[in-house]
Amino acid sequence: MAISWKSRLKERFEKNDSWPKIVMIYLFLLLCCFITIYPISFIFTVSLRPGNQLFSTSLKLIPDNATFKNYTDAFTKYPMAKWMLNSMFVSSLTAVFAVIISVNAGYAFSRYRFWGRKFGMTLLLVTQMFPAPMLLLPVYLMLVRFKLTNNYLGLILWYVSTAVPFNIWLMKGYFDTIPRSLEESAFIDGASILRAYWSIILPLAKPAIALCALFAFMGAWSEFIVARILITSKSMLTLPVGLIALQGSFSTEWGIYSAAALVTAIPVTVLFIALSRYLVGGLTLGSVKG
Amino acid sequence: MQARRKGKSYELARPRWYVPLLFLLPAMLVMVAMVAYPLYYEVDISFRSVTLYNLRSGNYPWIGLENYKSMFEDPQFFSTLIRTVVWTVVNVVSHVSLGFMLALILNRKLPGKAIIRVLLILPWAVPQYIAAIAMRNLFNETYGPINLVLKALFGDGATVMWLSNPANAFKAAIITNIWLGVPFMMMTCLGGLQSIPQELYEAADIDGANWWQKVRNVVLPLMKPVLTPAIVLGTIWTFNMVNVIYILTYGSTHEAAQILVSQIYKRAFEFFRYGYAAAMSVVVFILLVSFSSVFIRAQKLED
Repeated sequence: MAISWKSRLKERFEKNDSWPKIVMIYLFLLLCCFITIYPISFIFTVSLRPGNQLFSTSLKLIPDNATFKNYTDAFTKYPMAKWMLNSMFVSSLTAVFAVIISVNAGYAFSRYRFWGRKFGMTLLLVTQMFPAPMLLLPVYLMLVRFKLTNNYLGLILWYVSTAVPFNIWLMKGYFDTIPRSLEESAFIDGASILRAYWSIILPLAKPAIALCALFAFMGAWSEFIVARILITSKSMLTLPVGLIALQGSFSTEWGIYSAAALVTAIPVTVLFIALSRYLVGGLTLGSVKG
Repeated sequence: MQARRKGKSYELARPRWYVPLLFLLPAMLVMVAMVAYPLYYEVDISFRSVTLYNLRSGNYPWIGLENYKSMFEDPQFFSTLIRTVVWTVVNVVSHVSLGFMLALILNRKLPGKAIIRVLLILPWAVPQYIAAIAMRNLFNETYGPINLVLKALFGDGATVMWLSNPANAFKAAIITNIWLGVPFMMMTCLGGLQSIPQELYEAADIDGANWWQKVRNVVLPLMKPVLTPAIVLGTIWTFNMVNVIYILTYGSTHEAAQILVSQIYKRAFEFFRYGYAAAMSVVVFILLVSFSSVFIRAQKLED
């Protein structure tokens, strides 16, 4: 009885693995998980600390006298809600534009053979080589000239242009996995190019489109290097810029900052993890097939 | 009816020339406005004197190679360049080796690996600046857990001045960035590993290959098309990583923890030496393009 129980358990592992090896693997993975989780759980700990204990040297996960006061303070003492709304606006528009642009371009790169196709794909890769401050500088000078600083249009355009190259590669790779015969049979049934694209290909590409939207949204939701240059008006600050400003005075506001950071991070983190099962296929397919 | 059908399939095989163009048009417009033109403009201002004084006038005097000259005469430029190379090599090597190792483990039959995978990608899932600030606080010299643990283990002398000493701040930034970057490589490698057919392993088993031989002769060659673009992209992203350096050295004036890109950012937007920063960016861009083309050629992975 015991033997069959053991052998059945054993079937769930690689067949040649010995028990000590399995234990070692789990211990190693456990250590890695601890390393990935701890810095984040530490934010949580600090966010629960009451004001007089911020600089405690205790390493407890839930501090003594844990309180949610920092969470309410974030919204009452600081314009957190306003920052969130601003960021929500900018990030959603970024995601919408980035999806429209990269899905269409990815489809063209996947389905059509045209002059400059390979060159275009390579150029997209080259855009990844620009250091962010490199293009930020001329864009900033351009926006100053057109008097578009402190205007979300400039910021959104910037985010879209940074999100699009990677997303085009991603979409192209995904479209490559959808057989052409699907459209061909639609064409034979008399469908137009747009109709086949809209009602056959796009529904199939939903996971990749979701991933695109998420990447674009996340990019804009967590960007501050550019936002703090382009948006300086107090009422227009986006969430990361606001939070970093809060953190600048962290000797006093560290607990509030941690609470705010968690509130900011949780929605995108959950979304990201929910979509992460598509990551494995999507990323590599997108990057491998020329 | 018959004729119409023929017309349609002809359209797919050889679409009118403007069809792909229409699909690409929005992307092209954005890329021209936000990348191509600014790039041209950037090269242009790298030959001009652009400072805070003439920023709003839009009238920038041409000074030829003056910006480049003062950059190459600055000894700090070369020390920063070396630091940037160290930063990039240490980070990318760690990302790829750790990511690859974890992917190999997660590709095995292992109960509970779905949950473990989710936990392991957390650093990628959390917004980067929040993760970086969290790490900055782990490194806090008096209250940060890292020093507290060091102190408990090795006594008072073992604590490290992580953030006030530039060399240590640089180390802290490297640790932070390794932590941030492993999940991407892990997921990329995992995708590549899953595309390797099981039969190949079995064939290698029959030939009596040991684990290392299997990794070297079966897995690595098949992973090359996945790893090459991932390494190129990873190198570029690491070389250009402003966030982590900026946050970990936030508030300190020392330059000894900066890499080229963060220095460009500071030169441009904190010291307002726009022309000089533009010249530096052009040099960084040339470095990256040469690296990528050499690397891709060496891997013989041209399309």
